[in-house]
Amino acid sequence: MIQLNNIQRYFQVGDQTVRALDNINLTIENGEYISVMGPSGSGKSTLLNIIALLDHPSSGQYLLNNKNVTQLDDNAQAKVRRENIGFVFQFFHLIPRLSAAENIEMPMILAGINSQERRQRVNKAVADVGLSDRADHRPDQLSGGQCQRVAIARATIMQPEILLADEPTGNLDSHSGSEIIELLEKLNRDGVTLIIITHDQKIGDRANRQIRIIDGKIAA
Amino acid sequence: MAKLPRKMLVSDTISQAFRAIRSQPLRATLIILAMSIGIASVTLLTALGESARNYILYEFQSLGTHLVTVLPGRTETTGGQPPIFGETPRDLTLADANALLQSRYIAAIAPVNIGSAPVSARGLERETNIIGSTSALRRVRHLTMAEGRFLPERESDKALPVCVIGQTIKKEIFAGQKALGQWLRINDRRFRVIGVLAPQGQSIGVIFNEIVIVPVASAQMLFNTESLFRILIEAKSKPAMYKAVNDIDEIIKARHEGEQDITIITQDSVVSSFDEILTALTLTVTSIAGISLAVAGVLVMNVMLVSVAQRTSEIGLLNALGASKTQLISLFLTEAAMLCFAGAIVGISLGQASVIVLQTLYPAFSLSIPVWAIFAALAVSLTTGVLFGVLPARKAANLDPVQALSKR
Repeated sequence: MIQLNNIQRYFQVGDQTVRALDNINLTIENGEYISVMGPSGSGKSTLLNIIALLDHPSSGQYLLNNKNVTQLDDNAQAKVRRENIGFVFQFFHLIPRLSAAENIEMPMILAGINSQERRQRVNKAVADVGLSDRADHRPDQLSGGQCQRVAIARATIMQPEILLADEPTGNLDSHSGSEIIELLEKLNRDGVTLIIITHDQKIGDRANRQIRIIDGKIAA
Repeated sequence: MAKLPRKMLVSDTISQAFRAIRSQPLRATLIILAMSIGIASVTLLTALGESARNYILYEFQSLGTHLVTVLPGRTETTGGQPPIFGETPRDLTLADANALLQSRYIAAIAPVNIGSAPVSARGLERETNIIGSTSALRRVRHLTMAEGRFLPERESDKALPVCVIGQTIKKEIFAGQKALGQWLRINDRRFRVIGVLAPQGQSIGVIFNEIVIVPVASAQMLFNTESLFRILIEAKSKPAMYKAVNDIDEIIKARHEGEQDITIITQDSVVSSFDEILTALTLTVTSIAGISLAVAGVLVMNVMLVSVAQRTSEIGLLNALGASKTQLISLFLTEAAMLCFAGAIVGISLGQASVIVLQTLYPAFSLSIPVWAIFAALAVSLTTGVLFGVLPARKAANLDPVQALSKR
């Protein structure tokens, strides 16, 4: 369960203070399917980054499973990112020199899991996203949709309870886009909390709960 | 959440660092090249310095390690070279030398007189150094004979007309013909050649191939002097040497009206001061070569910084995937250390190859890289890599993940 209490995030731009997030209060139960929409620069990505522990709120409290995670040290936050949160990006962010399978393996390497277990889990994960025959391809040998599927396999390999997707279809054609959305929704049906940022109203409407952010505030 | 956070496996850290290195072959080559030049020059110069030191020490030790030299006169304050000729009116005499036989720590005493005189036989003449001494000289300076025998064992004040000559003298004065038993004229006196020295190495100080040795009393007559150039003494053993030095000091003092007017040089003090000088020289030369290592270190840092800048988005991604700062630092440090280690291996091989080349060019001079230098080179290069890798690694770890991810 994610609880955000009075979260503020300011940026100092020159001598102006920009309020990226202004007093956000939000509770997300386990297993929810949420879409976050709003105009560019409204603070959607900042919200996602704070939930992912990649960004720190200027003030306010973030409880993850009733534990205050804003006050954890760097190592403990890294562990939370590793074990509780999966992140899918608009631009995939695959490491170009590594094969699809090796990209998927990376979070387990950082977690110190031994190579035998890693191999088993990677084999299952590539099969789950339908890329068994492409496991040894490097990202530049894969299509955009395939890359995003590798990224999703990587984000879920540590079996996190939360999956964050920042415009996951923003860089894909509509066909591969809908394939990716279906894959994400299937993971949600299996119990993962899914939070998607999108510009696409049609995708946003599919979520059980829609959040609009305008000027750093939750609108509805 | 109760589980302790597991650390990244060492083998994974190394293999990930290795893959990152392999993906940028030019960068890797440049770092390895720079590091290997530094390491090669350090190991090669260490090898040269060490070998020179060993060569000179060996030369000295071949003279005998418990050799004591007594010189007339005493230098107290100059700290320079011992005087070649006495600065004191009181000479060191043959009687002084004989008196030293009282000491029970002394095995042999060779009084030495030296001078220059023309020598001739059958119309061939040259100027050469004449040494006046006793039969003990052979033992003290480890001389070997080619023909005949050395000076006879007689009382040292007997001025016998016999001489022993070096190889060069034999060749030049006797033109390679039989020298043994022939007369050799030194100044206006005639000496019978009773022995020819075997070819001698260029022993420190005296070139024995170009020398004529006569009994010390004969030399005193030739040069019309009572005083000795020096007294060479062989102590019975190395520990006895220091006791012998005390004895010499006391005996001569007693004979010289209580005045300490001689200088005593022990062979090992000469050896150890040469040792110190050459060690200092080796260290100096090695430190100069060490500058190239520092330059290589700066290059490592530079290239690693560029690498961090190029991989900004990858670093942001690793953050998002759950890499801690410590993990990022260890990944980048491992990369820098591996590159430097590879450089060290290449450098040591280069140094070894140069040594082999030099060895074939100058076979007389035994040259080798000391084992400690190899380990030191490895340690230094790893330290350099880690030291100069810290800054780039910290830069990578402290990147803001949000900004890093926004870069493509």
